Amino acid sequence: MWAFIHKLGSPKWFYGISAKLQPWFWAAAALLLITGSLWGLAFAPADYQQGNSFRIIYVHVPAAFLAQSIFISMAVSGLVFMVWKIKVADMAAAVMAPLGAAMTFVALFSGAVWGVPTWGTWWMWDARLTSMLILLFLYLGVIALRGAFTSRDSASRAASVLAMVGVINIPIIKYSVDWWYTLHQPASFTLTSRPTMPTEMWLPLVIMVLGFYSFFIALTLMRTRSEILRREASKRWVQELVNGQMMKVPAEETR
Amino acid sequence: MQETGLQETGSHSSSHSSSSSSLYGADATADVLPVPLLEHKGGLMIAVKATLVRDLTLLLRRRGEVLNPLVFFALVITLFPIAISPDPELLATIAPGLLWVAALLAALLSLDSLFRSDYDDGSLEQLLLAPQPLAALSVAKVAVHWLLTGLPLALMAPLLGIMLALPVGSYAVLALSLALGTASLSLIGAIGAALTVGLARGGVLLSLLVLPLYIPVLIFGAGAVQAAILGDGVSAHLAILGALLAASLMSAPWAIAASLRISING
Amino acid sequence: MAFASFSEFLAMGGHAPYVWSAWGVTALLLVATVWHARVEQRQLIKGLKRRARRANSLKGNTP
Repeated sequence: MWAFIHKLGSPKWFYGISAKLQPWFWAAAALLLITGSLWGLAFAPADYQQGNSFRIIYVHVPAAFLAQSIFISMAVSGLVFMVWKIKVADMAAAVMAPLGAAMTFVALFSGAVWGVPTWGTWWMWDARLTSMLILLFLYLGVIALRGAFTSRDSASRAASVLAMVGVINIPIIKYSVDWWYTLHQPASFTLTSRPTMPTEMWLPLVIMVLGFYSFFIALTLMRTRSEILRREASKRWVQELVNGQMMKVPAEETR
Repeated sequence: MQETGLQETGSHSSSHSSSSSSLYGADATADVLPVPLLEHKGGLMIAVKATLVRDLTLLLRRRGEVLNPLVFFALVITLFPIAISPDPELLATIAPGLLWVAALLAALLSLDSLFRSDYDDGSLEQLLLAPQPLAALSVAKVAVHWLLTGLPLALMAPLLGIMLALPVGSYAVLALSLALGTASLSLIGAIGAALTVGLARGGVLLSLLVLPLYIPVLIFGAGAVQAAILGDGVSAHLAILGALLAASLMSAPWAIAASLRISING
Repeated sequence: MAFASFSEFLAMGGHAPYVWSAWGVTALLLVATVWHARVEQRQLIKGLKRRARRANSLKGNTP
């Protein structure tokens, strides 16, 4: 176990193993997303109440799930970085943040668009949408804090601390917002909490959720690899790797 | 001077306290160092007290800085009737929220200076080098911040409540909820202040980091005043505010200490 | 199949603007992130190769 963690801590080892894992996750993501989209858009039955506008659920819910999961993985990576000084963890946390913010934006946008046919307005201070909005601000804070430091090490540690503080607060924020919402507005109709959903409706949703997660893993692996190259550019193994690649394809030497 | 007092307690006990022995590395140096002249059993309490007294004295010397948030609070509250309407009925319905948001912003305004002057003159580094846990010392600093911003804001709020035609019977709850809530706000805000103290233009960033984390306190704080106006029980709200304070008192100091270390060590 | 014809599928029972804009923005963002990651990776490798070439030529020039 410990040997495994230390191996994982080596950027070189991670660079190699992620190259092998990456295609599988990309393939899974593409397969699941295409299947889920076709099924959700064309084959799932329309909702008896909301009609076809309910098909927004297939992007809204996976994006919302992923937005929350990415923040948690960011905080876990931050913890791993702070405790074991594993640099790869911080690189992963750094590349996760923008994707998390993008997913939060997707959840917000699709929620707002969904609001038009269901509530007749673009924005409702619905509990779920409100906590998503706060999550977006948390993401922006982490990204801004990382960018504000000139020293990379300080930036990494500061962002890790903030991510951990944020992840402790997310459940508190979520429950207080839920409580606030039920107090001010008896939940007459929430977007996604359906009492019973037939199998042909939730199965594509599960597929989409899995697809989004595979996409997240694949993209994180890919961007972490880039981040490794960027930060380890002066290390010998990177230079050897680059030299080896140049030998292989000398014809590609163009400016 | 309290500063020198703190420094001395620091250097005396650090030469043999176990927590900082790694600083001196080899055993050889430990042998050479003299045995401390004075050993305080309660070194931590002394350091905390010294920090408290020092910060209080320093802040009380700059009265303007203590008054600024209060003036800001009053000013913002003045803006709302002008911007919305002087109608007392309308103002009464939005008063709890307005008072809470304005107090929250006033407390936020003063956060940036929480560690700033200590960072500039280097006394923050002394605090870091002290053998006492930084978390405890930073709690002392936050306590002073609350004493001189949160508590005055809470005491002043009923006065502004009168101006906003806040219904009778909710004044005590307003002050109490603000007193409880601003303590959590100071603790949570200190994390942000500690993270941004090393940055040249940390002010706006600080509010971006801290405001989302303030939302639960705002919800239950303003909720308590609302409940008092409606005649519902307020004990649940105040209990949750207390719970939030307890939770932040338990976890925030560690985050503050870690953030200060990051900001100082560059 | 929940729709009788392709045009009905596009119309989404009158909810076309909502469904397609939500899905469109999502798809656009997913594609954009992948594209960005690819560009980033290519540029990095290009920069690294340029650096290595410069280092190699410097080594070659010194007698």
